Amino acid sequence: MKVLDQKTGMDRRAFLKVSMMASGALMIGVNWASAALANELDGSTWIPNLYVRIDRDGKITIVSKNPEAGQGVKTAFPMVVAECLEVDWHDVNVEQAPLDDRYGRQVVGGSRGTPDGWDDLRIAGTGALHLLTAAAAGKWGVSAAECSAASGTIVHKPSGKSAAYHTLLDIAAKLPVPDVSDLKLKSRPEDFKLLGTFVPGVDNPKIVTGQPLFGCDTRLNGMLYAVFEKCPSFGGKVRSANVEKIRKLPGVTHAFVIKGTENLNGLMPGVAIVAKSWWEANSARNQLQVDWDSSHADSTADFNARAQVLSKEQGETLRADGNVEKALDSADKVIQSSYYYPFVSHANMEPQNCTARYHESGRMELWAPSQNPKSGRSLVSGTLGIPEDRIHVNLTRIGGGFGRRLRNDFMVEAAWIAREVGRPVQLQWTREDDMRHDFYRPAAWHHFQAGIDGNGRMTAFDHHFITFGKNGETISGAGLSPDHYPAGLVQNFRLRQSVIEANVPTGPWRSPGHSAYCWAYQSFFDELALAAGRDQLEFRLDLLSRSYGKPPLNLERTSGTLRVAAEKAGWGRKLAANRGLGMAFHYDHGGFVSHVAEVVAKGSKIQVEKVWSGIDIGPVINLSGARNQVEGCVVDALSTAQLEITFADGATEQSNFSDYELLRIDQSPEIECHFIQSDFPPMGLGEPPIAPATPAIANAIFAATGTRIRELPFNRSGISV
Amino acid sequence: MSKVTLKINGESHLLDVPPDMPLLWALRDTLNLVGTKYSCGIGVCGSCIVLIDGVPTQSCVMPAAGMAGMEITTIEGLAPNGDHPLQKAWNDVDVPQCGYCQGGQILTAAALLKQNSNPSDKDIDEAMYGNLCRCGTYPRIRKAIKLAAQYAAKAGVES
Repeated sequence: MKVLDQKTGMDRRAFLKVSMMASGALMIGVNWASAALANELDGSTWIPNLYVRIDRDGKITIVSKNPEAGQGVKTAFPMVVAECLEVDWHDVNVEQAPLDDRYGRQVVGGSRGTPDGWDDLRIAGTGALHLLTAAAAGKWGVSAAECSAASGTIVHKPSGKSAAYHTLLDIAAKLPVPDVSDLKLKSRPEDFKLLGTFVPGVDNPKIVTGQPLFGCDTRLNGMLYAVFEKCPSFGGKVRSANVEKIRKLPGVTHAFVIKGTENLNGLMPGVAIVAKSWWEANSARNQLQVDWDSSHADSTADFNARAQVLSKEQGETLRADGNVEKALDSADKVIQSSYYYPFVSHANMEPQNCTARYHESGRMELWAPSQNPKSGRSLVSGTLGIPEDRIHVNLTRIGGGFGRRLRNDFMVEAAWIAREVGRPVQLQWTREDDMRHDFYRPAAWHHFQAGIDGNGRMTAFDHHFITFGKNGETISGAGLSPDHYPAGLVQNFRLRQSVIEANVPTGPWRSPGHSAYCWAYQSFFDELALAAGRDQLEFRLDLLSRSYGKPPLNLERTSGTLRVAAEKAGWGRKLAANRGLGMAFHYDHGGFVSHVAEVVAKGSKIQVEKVWSGIDIGPVINLSGARNQVEGCVVDALSTAQLEITFADGATEQSNFSDYELLRIDQSPEIECHFIQSDFPPMGLGEPPIAPATPAIANAIFAATGTRIRELPFNRSGISV
Repeated sequence: MSKVTLKINGESHLLDVPPDMPLLWALRDTLNLVGTKYSCGIGVCGSCIVLIDGVPTQSCVMPAAGMAGMEITTIEGLAPNGDHPLQKAWNDVDVPQCGYCQGGQILTAAALLKQNSNPSDKDIDEAMYGNLCRCGTYPRIRKAIKLAAQYAAKAGVES
């Protein structure tokens, strides 16, 4: 018997069923409950749920709930709905949702969009189709089971009747919301028509013709433009500033000090300058004089000195399996090596910006290129004292995320300035602001010691990890899980950690942690294989052939990707003396990826010619988007391996692309992707391919040149790309 | 303020702008042509590229007041219906990730194809060197330029 919720009329059984089957637990059930309840006819538009709209004239709209930062979700999500709704892709119009709690998580981060959205999106498409099918069956007096759907039409084969979706809206809107357990959700590649194919991005037509899309493209009537100067040394306060003089400069309408807060992720102290054009605001800034009260003077030199001291200490033991010291003593060979990588910046092409309009009624409206608009809304609410339900956030396309825009300092700054000014304001950071006020990927030192037995197998692994923290606790992006491999792959394992106190802001940077330390692990494995006299592939496959206790990653899926990459690259083939192949495997954010890179060297100058990738993220949703992420991650890895952020007097020393030189087209390798479409739920791909790319390239550089890179950027080892 | 008449995408616009205001900001803030993007502000990334008399130019470092009489083409004006061979190829290859730099990339590529109807990888790398893409779409940019060259050649044969 079905029990209906008295208040909502929602079928409780359906509600609970969804809650149980959904990967993200109860929230998804809640989302679906509110989404499904929307089944209604609004004028000429049928709205079966939050994701689907069909107009009487046949227009089909699919709403994409997550922000688009280049990860391809605005195409991939609607593809899933379209697949299940049985409509042709070229008939679909895609619309970006604003921030709306009924959608649940609306975040670009953690490669979680796809796994979290998979159930809701399929239910949305399949549920709407179920209503349309029932509507047609009811109209014709036939069984719904005899009806089928394709290309936006319901067909009853026995009678030869057919009806386009838009002719069924009135009936469908009156039907009860289906029990989710009655919906048969497509789940495997063999069920798919659209999913798994190469589909160009839905915003491409606007991108290639320069139409407004991005946060900084927002234009409002009467809008002013703002710049915001913060203390170069993080957290510094304003003692005084010559704002009276600034107010008299051409075009300037406002100049004022913002006292701010002590939250490095929030509204920092600074001086706002508002003008009729951005150029005038920024020109006035050249004459701004601020007396800063700086609170710290962190420097890279001090960090390095501290790391030296700490390297001689034991550190805190985070995990110890077996007896590492004894195993090292009895090992046939002991190999010791240290690895270092520096801080790096996100360097999004679109510098941080946000547009805000404060209404006299007390309502705040924002246009934000944010990866996590919900947390931005909460920050604005808490800082400005505006209730969250009075803040509306429009999601704009994002000119690059990579984790930077999970922090919403630019949102709260724009909101504060707009309220102060009483007119719509666009805050636009300069490139220099962007690079000097990032949340950097933290540097770290890895001191490894491993024992190898007479058979060339690793018997002990001792790891001293020196990272950054505050009051002894690691800061954002600076942690390392004690369960990360090779824990669980070797009998005797120990992880020790030491922490350098730091005041510089850090944060998640594409595949946080993994994108940095994978290089250290996989380079050291290369050293171990070499010391053991074993082939790199064979050594790694052997390492992945058994576990001690709970395996740190799925051994079979990891090996699978490594085998594919090696086979496609022709691992073991004969190469010219100045050429080398290098490999690495990894698992993070739900995705298994291995790469093999081929490098050709001319002296110390190298060219990464080609990278072969083996990827297992379950079924691929958009083949183009998936490949794009793999290609982008490989290029990102090669670019970032040549970059470094340094600090002096508490401030960032780099400021623009002239001293933080991203990779250019002539250094870009060819990338060949091989997907293993395994029988697992689909996972995201914005992050997993980056971590193993750096070590695959570094190992290939060693194979081609004999230079083992133990410090990043590459030029510290005399290697240039 | 300086008065200047700019010829943009075939149309004349009378502007009254600060004498040192770069063309980039005149386009974006005065004319609301936001397809041209700000990124570095020092002429090293290519996001703000426009064609000046057919030559790819970093508009973030060129004062608008000095551009009277020049033919300025922005990404909005490359082709009337967005059907330039490069625009078609960019979509078919699905070049963009975030898309922010792509207007500048396409205009630079348009100037290349004008001079060289069948560019090699090396020609492409040389011509596109000034355009950064943080998302790493470079392999697809090479592919799309070659595809656009094919589209253009085919259209040439047909017409």
